[in-house]
Amino acid sequence: MSMSANINAAASAGPNQKAVSPEELLLKAPRERAFMTGSEAVAEAVRRAGIDMAIAYPITPQSESMHLTGDLFAQGYIKDYYRAENEFAVMAAVHGASLGGGRVFTATSGPGTLRAMEMFPVWAGSRQPIVCAFMCRGVALPPSIQPENIEMAFLLDTGMIMFHAENSQDFFDFILAGYAIAEQSEVHLPVGVFADGFFVTHTREVIMLPPDNIKLGEYNPDIAPIPPFDMEHAPMQMVRDPLLNKCNFVSYAASASWHQEVLAAAERARKHINKYMGGLIEVENPGADIMIIASGIAVSQSRDAIRTMAERDGITAGLIKVKSIRPFPAAEIAQATARASAIVIPEFNAGGWLAREVMGTIDNNSRVIAGPRVFGGMSLPGEVIIDVIKKAAR
Amino acid sequence: MKRSNLDIRMAGLGGQGVVTAAHILGTAVVATGKYAVVNPFFGAEKRLAPTESYVRISSEKIYDRGEVMYPNIVMVFDPQVITIGKSHTLPFHAGLKDGGLILVNSADPVIHDRDKAVLDNIKAKVVYVPATKLSVEFTGSDLSMNMTMLGALCGLDDTLVDLNAVMTAVEERFSGKTKIVASGTSAALDEAVKSKFEKMGAMIEKNRTAINKAYEYAKRC
Repeated sequence: MSMSANINAAASAGPNQKAVSPEELLLKAPRERAFMTGSEAVAEAVRRAGIDMAIAYPITPQSESMHLTGDLFAQGYIKDYYRAENEFAVMAAVHGASLGGGRVFTATSGPGTLRAMEMFPVWAGSRQPIVCAFMCRGVALPPSIQPENIEMAFLLDTGMIMFHAENSQDFFDFILAGYAIAEQSEVHLPVGVFADGFFVTHTREVIMLPPDNIKLGEYNPDIAPIPPFDMEHAPMQMVRDPLLNKCNFVSYAASASWHQEVLAAAERARKHINKYMGGLIEVENPGADIMIIASGIAVSQSRDAIRTMAERDGITAGLIKVKSIRPFPAAEIAQATARASAIVIPEFNAGGWLAREVMGTIDNNSRVIAGPRVFGGMSLPGEVIIDVIKKAAR
Repeated sequence: MKRSNLDIRMAGLGGQGVVTAAHILGTAVVATGKYAVVNPFFGAEKRLAPTESYVRISSEKIYDRGEVMYPNIVMVFDPQVITIGKSHTLPFHAGLKDGGLILVNSADPVIHDRDKAVLDNIKAKVVYVPATKLSVEFTGSDLSMNMTMLGALCGLDDTLVDLNAVMTAVEERFSGKTKIVASGTSAALDEAVKSKFEKMGAMIEKNRTAINKAYEYAKRC
């Protein structure tokens, strides 16, 4: 526990912030209007998150957030910060800092996510409550730094909890809620908070912020399912011992049951997501004959389409905003689409991973129109969604 | 009351302050109680590479994000956007709404006859303002060209935003009270701009002068 003792000593040098509960910070504290970008909103979340250590490696559109996080370190809001040699090194190092008992933060984007890929299932497997912001961008050639969230498809089965922010407000709230949820004893998993690059990170809009003289109370690593850096407990014990190689029945059973436990821990996050984020989904115009299902910035574009259609065409469409991708709100979506005759799923990626997720969990899949989709950094105007809905309505 | 929307597309080159101009305009609009959403569009952060920024203004909450495809106003910060197509949007007037406004930073006309015919057809108003020349004239530097463009825009459309709110937004932007990071490169650029103007106070004053003078210039257009 020497690291956490050092951390406590350093804390007294920082700005004077009162430690409060997640309920106070997220749900009760009065909020004030601010006009800022998604990147700046991330920094405002970090400012209030009581971070022990942040480690950075720049990649657009993530760079501004970690640049501003570095400024927060300089101002004393974060106890330690450095720039690592690449994204894999960042993700490995925050894992180490988390194993040591610290509350950690980092962020990445697109190709950086892919470069660090090996570490994400490792975070989940060692049950570390790391919160990482993913500013999604294109990953294929020709390159794009604009929004495209195909990297989320690659992370669906890493064991990590995944939230998808619609806008800067969500990005701020979900990062702080991420810590509150990740640090529950019965959950204790990494949380990825995803936002579509540029259309959130670089977009300036009004958001509501709690005061900056309060922050999340200190993380207590003793509540973790694995005591900090204790080599006598699984899975660290398995890293040390030949058990890792499943050389006998006990190690085989331990390995299999541990993987089940990681999945079960994500299921146990549901009630905490309901508490801190107001549910895994949000529904607008429930019971409408045509329902849109969307996550991230596609939600905003769908809201724009729904408003235009209502004003101009007199057509009412409903909207299911999916906030939690892992755990996936299968029951909630099945219930909210029970009466729909058509389900439209607009996405900012070529693969259509959200459509696949939905089609894998609801009845009567012929109702699903898996699109429209844009990728490679394109915008998705509301009119494009309206075209698809009108065809469905015919 | 019917929802009123105004969408602006600003096209220019990296380093000219296209992103900052949009941020200042958006800040001023929000300060006066309307809704605004501002976002930029650029590739690799290179000086003189095509850069666009977008300002959406509305009486109600704005959901739409990304490129403004159907603008009411197009601002061209550099003639190269038009003459050699150094732009994310081609042609530069693509999607301009009927009766829209085009403001070009140039002393001389640069729009080709073919485009002129298209713009006449949709009854667009085209205004040339020598914004770089005005910036040099009023502040001794071309670095305030984005401010003279902003001032000229306000002069051409008085209903857009209260000029005093723009002045306050300029102060907020450059006084360090609210830190705006347009991009990783622009953070470094800020330092260069600071040394160029020596003192922040002088810089804010010069930018305000640039806006005011360009405002008056545009009023006479």
